[in-house]
Amino acid sequence: MHVRQAHEENNAEYEAQPQAGAEPVKRGRAIVITSGKGGVGKTTTTANLGTALAQRGASVVLVDADVGLRNLDIVLGLESRVKYHLLDVLEEAAELDDALVRDKHSENLHLLAAAQAREKDEVDTEAMCDLIDELRERFDYVLIDCPAGIELGFKNAVAGADEAIVVCTPEVSAVRDVDRVVGLLGNAFRPQLVINRLRPALVKKGKMLSVDDVNAILRLPLLGVIADEPEIIVTTNRGEPLALRRDEPTGAAYHAIAARLAGEDVPAPMPPEAKESFFERLGSLFGGKRS
Amino acid sequence: MIDFLRKLFGGPPPSSATAKERLRLVLMTDHLALAPEMIEQMKHDLVDVISRYVEVDREKIEVNFEQQDKALAMLANIPILSVNRPSGNGDAAAAAAEEPPASPAVAHAAGAPPVRRRRRRRKAGAPAPAPSS
Repeated sequence: MHVRQAHEENNAEYEAQPQAGAEPVKRGRAIVITSGKGGVGKTTTTANLGTALAQRGASVVLVDADVGLRNLDIVLGLESRVKYHLLDVLEEAAELDDALVRDKHSENLHLLAAAQAREKDEVDTEAMCDLIDELRERFDYVLIDCPAGIELGFKNAVAGADEAIVVCTPEVSAVRDVDRVVGLLGNAFRPQLVINRLRPALVKKGKMLSVDDVNAILRLPLLGVIADEPEIIVTTNRGEPLALRRDEPTGAAYHAIAARLAGEDVPAPMPPEAKESFFERLGSLFGGKRS
Repeated sequence: MIDFLRKLFGGPPPSSATAKERLRLVLMTDHLALAPEMIEQMKHDLVDVISRYVEVDREKIEVNFEQQDKALAMLANIPILSVNRPSGNGDAAAAAAEEPPASPAVAHAAGAPPVRRRRRRRKAGAPAPAPSS
């Protein structure tokens, strides 16, 4: 014992574990998924990234911080299993373990749903930080689905996180809002970018901002690009995230983003380039309307 | 090839180019609005530079930004009190010494636009010597 203590003192700077024999305290990553603007795909991104990370073997909890507008449970197909919600836990009306809903498809993926009939200003910021800290001790990843806006709901969602993923669509308004949110977050959150709902055919025709156009302005580390696929709507209808299907290009893209998030050196996924026939191009040259 | 032909035939720019341009401008304006301290500092520095040449009314300076066509324009309204160099400036004293001293009346008359002299002119309303009759 004395030897051990002396050893610890000598190596105080090098040893990460505080106590001999004690379980090392897990320190998972708390990542907020935010965007400023609503409707760009924060919840879909959260559900799919969580699914992809869990499929990789990590333990993941998804926290729906959009109090009053609960949606993450729907996207995951867990709406019928939610008994208690975030505010129940924060107000100690329910135990955390009773409020965590295990995912249907991935057993190491859990959801802490938002309260539907409550309001965002009922969340106590300090209690939220404590809860996220507690979750970090139990899970490898705590993904926090942030509400739209930059008011209290945003502040509470961000408070406990130490990293951020910003979701942006290739639109002027979305880029502007992300720019603002990144300004509010500051460098401490090391925000990384997911470009969502890109339509390669429109980019090719010059009718949509390209990945380079968006990131020439935002200048953020790019996690990946997700195409605007009808399949995402179908999977949301069913409550089965597309990331469950790695054979689909978009499912694979979510897995690549998850790999990058985990620190793997894989290229940022890009949607396949649009193919346009020669006649289509000729048509757009002569009579095609460009709007 | 198609792009070349497109250029050849003319036509409006694609809407993504318009989006890019609008985004650039709107963010420039946003960032300016978010940095009032920076604008204050810039105003201050601007006045310092201009004050080396003319005396300006520091209290009444207005700096505004507005979108003009394809660029963001900075419009500065800086009331000039006097075109005299600030007193205590060695250069100004040396320049005055080069020429024979003129009567105060002549100096004041020089404030009228058509008179061209090498002399530093005073603007009407500036603290100039009272015209002697």
